[in-house]
Amino acid sequence: MTFAPALRSATRAEDAAVAAELARQIRLDALRMTSHAGAAHIGSVFSCADLLAVLYAGVLRLDPTAPRDPARDRFVLSKGHAAAGLYAALAARGFFPHEKLATHYRDGSKLSGHASHHVPGVEVSTGALGHGLSMATGMACDGQWRGAPHRVFCLLSDGECDEGATWEAALFAAHHGLSNLVAIVDYNRLQGIAPVADVLELEPFAAKWRAFGWEVREADGHDHGALLDLLAFVPFRAGKPSCLLARTTKGKGVGFMENTVLWHYRAPRGAEFDQAWAELADGGQTASYGKDNAR
Amino acid sequence: MRDAFLRVLTGLAPSHPELVLLAGDLGFGVLDEFRARFPRQFVNVGVAEQNMTGLAAGLALEGRTVFTYSIGNFPTLRCLEQIRNDVCYHAANVKIVAVGGGLSYGPVGMSHHATEDLAALRALPGLAVYAPGDVWEAAEITRHLLVTSGPAYLRLDKSAARVTHQVDDTLIPGGIRTVRAGNDVTIAASGGILGEALAAADRLAAEGIRARVLSVHTVKPLERATLARAARETGGIVTVEEHNVDGGVGGAIAEALLEEGAAPRWFWRIGLRDTFSDAVGSQAYLREVYGLGATAIAAAVAARWKRAAFSAA
Repeated sequence: MTFAPALRSATRAEDAAVAAELARQIRLDALRMTSHAGAAHIGSVFSCADLLAVLYAGVLRLDPTAPRDPARDRFVLSKGHAAAGLYAALAARGFFPHEKLATHYRDGSKLSGHASHHVPGVEVSTGALGHGLSMATGMACDGQWRGAPHRVFCLLSDGECDEGATWEAALFAAHHGLSNLVAIVDYNRLQGIAPVADVLELEPFAAKWRAFGWEVREADGHDHGALLDLLAFVPFRAGKPSCLLARTTKGKGVGFMENTVLWHYRAPRGAEFDQAWAELADGGQTASYGKDNAR
Repeated sequence: MRDAFLRVLTGLAPSHPELVLLAGDLGFGVLDEFRARFPRQFVNVGVAEQNMTGLAAGLALEGRTVFTYSIGNFPTLRCLEQIRNDVCYHAANVKIVAVGGGLSYGPVGMSHHATEDLAALRALPGLAVYAPGDVWEAAEITRHLLVTSGPAYLRLDKSAARVTHQVDDTLIPGGIRTVRAGNDVTIAASGGILGEALAAADRLAAEGIRARVLSVHTVKPLERATLARAARETGGIVTVEEHNVDGGVGGAIAEALLEEGAAPRWFWRIGLRDTFSDAVGSQAYLREVYGLGATAIAAAVAARWKRAAFSAA
């Protein structure tokens, strides 16, 4: 039983490099999966790929051979539409065979488009927005009552902060001082079909979370070293739930996808796929499963 | 019924440390004893039913038995998607308890009348649905909820039929209880309105019509054998529910009987007919207004009984 994060390296730079490599692998796998499936949400996956990589490489205490061990850290992907990224991270950590990723969206697969608890390592099924933080809060509540040392991490989109239920959970977690709960918001400022600024402005966003009683940190959501530094020490303040506002770029890593709403929906095909793959692979030496099977 | 539920819960809480009661800022006064005696097993989560339900799922997935408690539509329709996705899909051990089923809240108004909850909740996979007819049934079902795992909905009524069970009776969860024998017609009632069905049976007896009265305390899973027997042994079936008939208990019974190949000779659903309960008055008054009272039930049964007898002659 190993509950140490994957990272074993001696220096911060090495840790960050491990996370960066996992992020690259997540992006390539997710690109392959969504392209093959004709699936949406690649931009949402790229937005949080670095967050997932940091969590699964260097923060979460997990044992892939005992995915339901009571002592594990819990991770809830509230933005369930980024499931391809989560599946890729779990496969990379050995929760299930990597080749299973190729079944994403396929008839008879367990790897549905939105996160499914039928996949090893996935705590709860999500997909309807605004559900995850409440479930994570319930898990954290139980942990606090038991005095258990594990933590509960919940990754949210900014779009789902439109949901009232998210703020119901935020009120509750702060009122009950759930210091074992960490909400990470993937703050890319592009929601379903338009920019946050045009739909429902969230700013002053950090101030909102603070006003709800959370201890807030802000960071570049693509800076592995900075994220590792922050998440190595949670709670950010004793007796309070922690909120990390991760400033991100939707579609991060592929120039033509960055900061466009289009790639919330469009599946990369043909030349789009080739160009995206080339940008991410940076020479193409790490194809997690063969690029040749991509189309 | 609410008191019976709380009495059982309070009695069993010490031997069930995994039991947690979540209240949606309702239950003034009545939850005091539970809260005082079991402070570590009670949380008032505030006026936030969506969070209450998601939170309950999270707690249940960690091994707790979680009861959510509020009025009528609040722990049910308000958070229907949380019940579906968070509770039912994960088979989480959450028991949703609504007080004030049907028109219990009378003059308080339609916002507090639960008249579509059974239809909405019985559609959810894996969710057991209970609507006890008297306080004994409410207590027995509460006991059952504590010793069985999985999602359930318990609809409690302010009104209740007079207790009719024998001392040595056992309630079979998932079953249907024959409360009164009779072979002319069957009245199948669900919830506290069972009392009106029994009163209607008294009136029918005075007219020489012997009504069998069933308490459908478990709406889902619905026991079919008792229904099929009633269809074969009695002249016709009337269902009674304090609920809109679309998708309700009468519909569930009709579905079951047709699939069993046991269509009754005649069948009628008594309940709200595609309407909101916007009349103002006590539960008893509203039952009269909407044709759910004993007089209306007896009249509906007698009319169909006589028509069927006439056409058979």
